[in-house]
Amino acid sequence: MTATATRQPVRRHGTRKFRLTPTMSVYIALVVLLVAGSVLVGMRGGVLLDHGGILNILTRGTVLGLVAIGQTMVILTGSLDLSVAYLIGLCSLIAAETMAGDPGMIVPAVLLTIGFAAVVGLVNGLVITALKVNAFIATLGVALIIRGYLENTYTGPAGSVPRGFQHLGYDRIGPIPVSTVVMLVLAVIVWWYLTRTKGGYHVYAVGGDEEVARLSGIRTGRTIVTMHVLCSVMAGLAALFLVSRLGSGAPYVGTDAGYDLESIAAVVLGGTLLSGGRGGVAGTIGGVLILATLDTIFDDLGVTPFLKDVVRGAVLIVAVALYARSQLARRAR
Amino acid sequence: MTQTETQSQSRRPKLASSTIPVLAVLAVLLVALAFAGSAYQEPAGYLALLKRAAPLMILAIGQYFVIVSGGFDLSVGSLVTAEVVIAARLIDGDESATLWVMLLMLGIGAFVGLVNGAITTRLLVPSFIVTLGMLLVLDGAVFLWTGGAPRGALSDSFRTVGRQGIDGVPVIGQLPWSVVVLAVIVVLAVLFMRSPTGRTLLAVGDNETAVWLGGGRVERLRTLAFVLSGLSAAVAAILLGGFAGVSAQVGDGLEFRVITAVVLGGVVLGGGRGSVVAAMAGALTLESLFSLLNLLGVAGGLESTVQGVIIIAAVAYAAVNWRRKKP
Repeated sequence: MTATATRQPVRRHGTRKFRLTPTMSVYIALVVLLVAGSVLVGMRGGVLLDHGGILNILTRGTVLGLVAIGQTMVILTGSLDLSVAYLIGLCSLIAAETMAGDPGMIVPAVLLTIGFAAVVGLVNGLVITALKVNAFIATLGVALIIRGYLENTYTGPAGSVPRGFQHLGYDRIGPIPVSTVVMLVLAVIVWWYLTRTKGGYHVYAVGGDEEVARLSGIRTGRTIVTMHVLCSVMAGLAALFLVSRLGSGAPYVGTDAGYDLESIAAVVLGGTLLSGGRGGVAGTIGGVLILATLDTIFDDLGVTPFLKDVVRGAVLIVAVALYARSQLARRAR
Repeated sequence: MTQTETQSQSRRPKLASSTIPVLAVLAVLLVALAFAGSAYQEPAGYLALLKRAAPLMILAIGQYFVIVSGGFDLSVGSLVTAEVVIAARLIDGDESATLWVMLLMLGIGAFVGLVNGAITTRLLVPSFIVTLGMLLVLDGAVFLWTGGAPRGALSDSFRTVGRQGIDGVPVIGQLPWSVVVLAVIVVLAVLFMRSPTGRTLLAVGDNETAVWLGGGRVERLRTLAFVLSGLSAAVAAILLGGFAGVSAQVGDGLEFRVITAVVLGGVVLGGGRGSVVAAMAGALTLESLFSLLNLLGVAGGLESTVQGVIIIAAVAYAAVNWRRKKP
């Protein structure tokens, strides 16, 4: 034990200069993927990164990006949120049914949706912190509760969105959709919050070791609850964006795309530790873009959708194994 | 730490503290069933319930091994689907193929578990991610292979295990094969958890480092847990394939349902606490509850809401109880 303890700082110092941070390796992987994809698609006589291709990648990435930003915050505290997919479905219905095609109702509907999402996040957070329920179980339970309500109440799409609201989903600046810009701005804000503010440091501290954080005087419960509220609000925003594209609310819009597990996959792919305390939003956005690019490449190549799942699963496992390996080398155990 | 000391320490209090609540809830539900439906006023009704619940109970036993050693296995649902679809395709109504396909299914289950376990322990990827990846891979692979719709058919003798039973048994009439299979597996699981290997597995979930320092083969034990979970999925697939038939949705949502069941049995996520009998009782409790809700005319859609409330309540109850017991 003492031998490793004394050797550790020396090693760490020596390797730091050369070692890639997970965030950097995510973006390097993204570039490699884009180049390889361009070559592959080029051999088929297509172009990956033309106007439509970029638009495709960004559109796919936006919703997942919103959810994954929220998921990053939650995972950094050492928690996780399995309820986002069903929450997105329910939020899309709340938004579309409140608007009901009336342009005057846009603002109330948006506020109601985000408010509802925040309440669900609050419930998640309180069940975890006050009732001491494992985050996996707590959010799975909330997901099942929402699912039961959806299955019992809705059979298909409901509500409708006024034309004005659809601008959110379809407007774009050059090849970049407005919603992507919104997503990226939110990502920057969250990045700033996590890396430059006291609250952000608390998030990392709680995720690193909750007991130590508590003993250092951090209100750990409050931090976890706040992150869960923010995560659910991000899911609510994702729902609003989906509604603006679809034109109506749909109960299974979140689960069909598997946003619960997919967002966790994106976060982990981006180099954030599932056990919390290490990682960040920048890596997550990289992870989201990798998943979106993979999808687009497969579409361009005409690969069956089922192979996507296989590759996605393999990529996820390989990526996390590589992170674990580099951590292992650093810890020198 | 001698063998006898650990035995006398853990055997008695374990049954009393963590198994009793779920057994009490189960007893109440079983009595309630008798009042709610006339089918449950004779043994055959309960036997039918047991037959329905057998696949979930077997899966719960497999999942218990993984959870108690400190992991998750999210791949069981898609593994069950994959197994059933593969079996149907390979057998294709051919009676003579039944036996080797069943053996192949067990082999596939063990292999998938081995891969899960090896990646978790050797490559140090969290089991949540590994089995999530495996879920995606299996789902994709099955659909890739079948082209979206499962083809082929199971042979009659394959379906016997899930559907038929031993006729002419006194009092109960017919003893379903699935109940026999279940009983054998339960006995094996209980014996396993009482063996030194089983006890060390429990210890791995409690304190991995301590077991490692004590000379236990942590990696091998955790891999074994995943293999057992894979095997349980294979057995559940054999029963479900016979009982429910071939479809690409057999295993949908099973992974979360089985984790609910195990947790309902008082097994703590993160490992180290809980008994295998309680995990299995949790699965039976969940199935009885669904049957009861069905009898009471609660809409099928609300099933998951009830499941959600119960899972949170059960864990909150255990957490509060556990805190109170701590000095």
